[in-house]
Amino acid sequence: MPPAIVVSDLRKSYGATDALRGISFEVGEGEVFGLLGPNGAGKTTTVEILEGYRARDGGDASVLGHDPSAAPKALRERIGVVLQHSELSPNLTVRETHELFAGYYAEPRDVDEVIGLVGLAEKRDARVKTLSGGQKRRLDLGVALVGDPDLVFLDEPTTGFDPAARRAAWDMIRALRELGTTILLTTHYLDEAQQLADRVAVLRDGEIVRQGTPAELIGDSGLTEIRYRRAGELVVVETADPTGVLNELTGAALSDGQPLEQLEVRRPTLEDVYLELVGEEDV
Amino acid sequence: MTTLVHQFRFEQKLFWRSREAAVFIFVFPLLLYALLGSVYGNEIDGVPAVDVLLAGLFGYGAANTALAGLAIILVGRRESGVLKRLRATPLRPEIYLGAVLLSTLVTFALQSLALLGLGGLAFDASMPENWLGFAGAIVLGVACFAGIGVGAASVIRSAEGVSAVVNVVVLPMAFLSGSFGPTQDFPAVLQAIADVLPLTYFLRIVNGVYLDGESLFADPTALAIVLAWGVAGGVVALRRFGWMPRER
Repeated sequence: MPPAIVVSDLRKSYGATDALRGISFEVGEGEVFGLLGPNGAGKTTTVEILEGYRARDGGDASVLGHDPSAAPKALRERIGVVLQHSELSPNLTVRETHELFAGYYAEPRDVDEVIGLVGLAEKRDARVKTLSGGQKRRLDLGVALVGDPDLVFLDEPTTGFDPAARRAAWDMIRALRELGTTILLTTHYLDEAQQLADRVAVLRDGEIVRQGTPAELIGDSGLTEIRYRRAGELVVVETADPTGVLNELTGAALSDGQPLEQLEVRRPTLEDVYLELVGEEDV
Repeated sequence: MTTLVHQFRFEQKLFWRSREAAVFIFVFPLLLYALLGSVYGNEIDGVPAVDVLLAGLFGYGAANTALAGLAIILVGRRESGVLKRLRATPLRPEIYLGAVLLSTLVTFALQSLALLGLGGLAFDASMPENWLGFAGAIVLGVACFAGIGVGAASVIRSAEGVSAVVNVVVLPMAFLSGSFGPTQDFPAVLQAIADVLPLTYFLRIVNGVYLDGESLFADPTALAIVLAWGVAGGVVALRRFGWMPRER
């Protein structure tokens, strides 16, 4: 099967600012792909080019086999979008809002099924203006799904959520993935990318600085960190050979009769790798 | 066609549910008619004052509903991101705009009937001499002022300011064009301004069909000026209208 999204050497500038400096990636059909990066890295610019909102200045992009800059109707029938900022009419109910959008698509999903899927069944007849922030975000997702899309763009879908709402959103996105929907997700939450994405591209200043599966990204750095205290002093050892180093350290400690206090051995998390890649001051 | 009807149904639902808009756009001209009709004397230039005012408020209603109302709705939807969200759906822009215009037309047609009803019941005002021409004037008014309204929506940047901006245009225009009473005693400079305003010529046509039973096409010059304003607004819209919020 051809990839759902192919991007090569994509470029975009706003005046003198280069928002994207030639990025390339592919998203396979049925894959959850995460664009990760700090604010201003170019995530939303990338997504909005692929959604057909913005014209690219250079490079190539293909979404479900279409050029997104032309945004043909045939493409819009097959994508669903959750924008970072958007509003829906405040005076319609949850159900009416879904009905309104369902009417735009040739083959929409069942409205009540979608409302159930995003967990708004109890709010079906509530006006949009009475919903909480988290409920509005779920409505955005429901409206994105009502056209039964093959590809869904989620631009920071859980920003501003409390932890419980975030878990619920993650479960929804996983359920979507089970249905075979391809998902392009942007986030600045590492745990979100690690939890949801099959593959991740880390974006910084308009460039992809690393991409791969979350495990590959962590593996890339290779080093294991060993920490302990000796006479109250913290000692940190970074090593590519933790087995050998630990053997030496523990052997010496045992023969000296001085245990390694507060011994910790940790593999780098995606967060460590990410902070290293984007520079901590940006986060 | 189905999508047009679908969108039109929701446009009407949205309009009547947004109470502020419904009151300002639908009720305000009726309220002004009730007030002015109560205070003006018997006759203006030999015509019953309540008839002259009914025609005048009909013209103001067209400008208020199609110019002010439409600009407020479109700018609000653009700046809040409603239009941006719609752009990602298969809904075609011309269908959307068609439904919005159709909804505006229906709203103004209902308002015109309410105006006639109010005039007939409360003030014993005359009914149109030429009903078909009167119906045509409803369509003509929406065509002209909706064109200007969409054009205005294309150049007005802020959702907070749009209501003030359009009223600064529409209310003085209505005053100068004679919507609220006769203007022959106005200073020459104000009359000169009135001579370029679309509402002045629209009211001429309305007076013709409503009071004199003339055809909608009896005054080709007035008709041409009214249509030219609508087309000019439409051209601005075609060149400048955007679906994305202006950068916040």
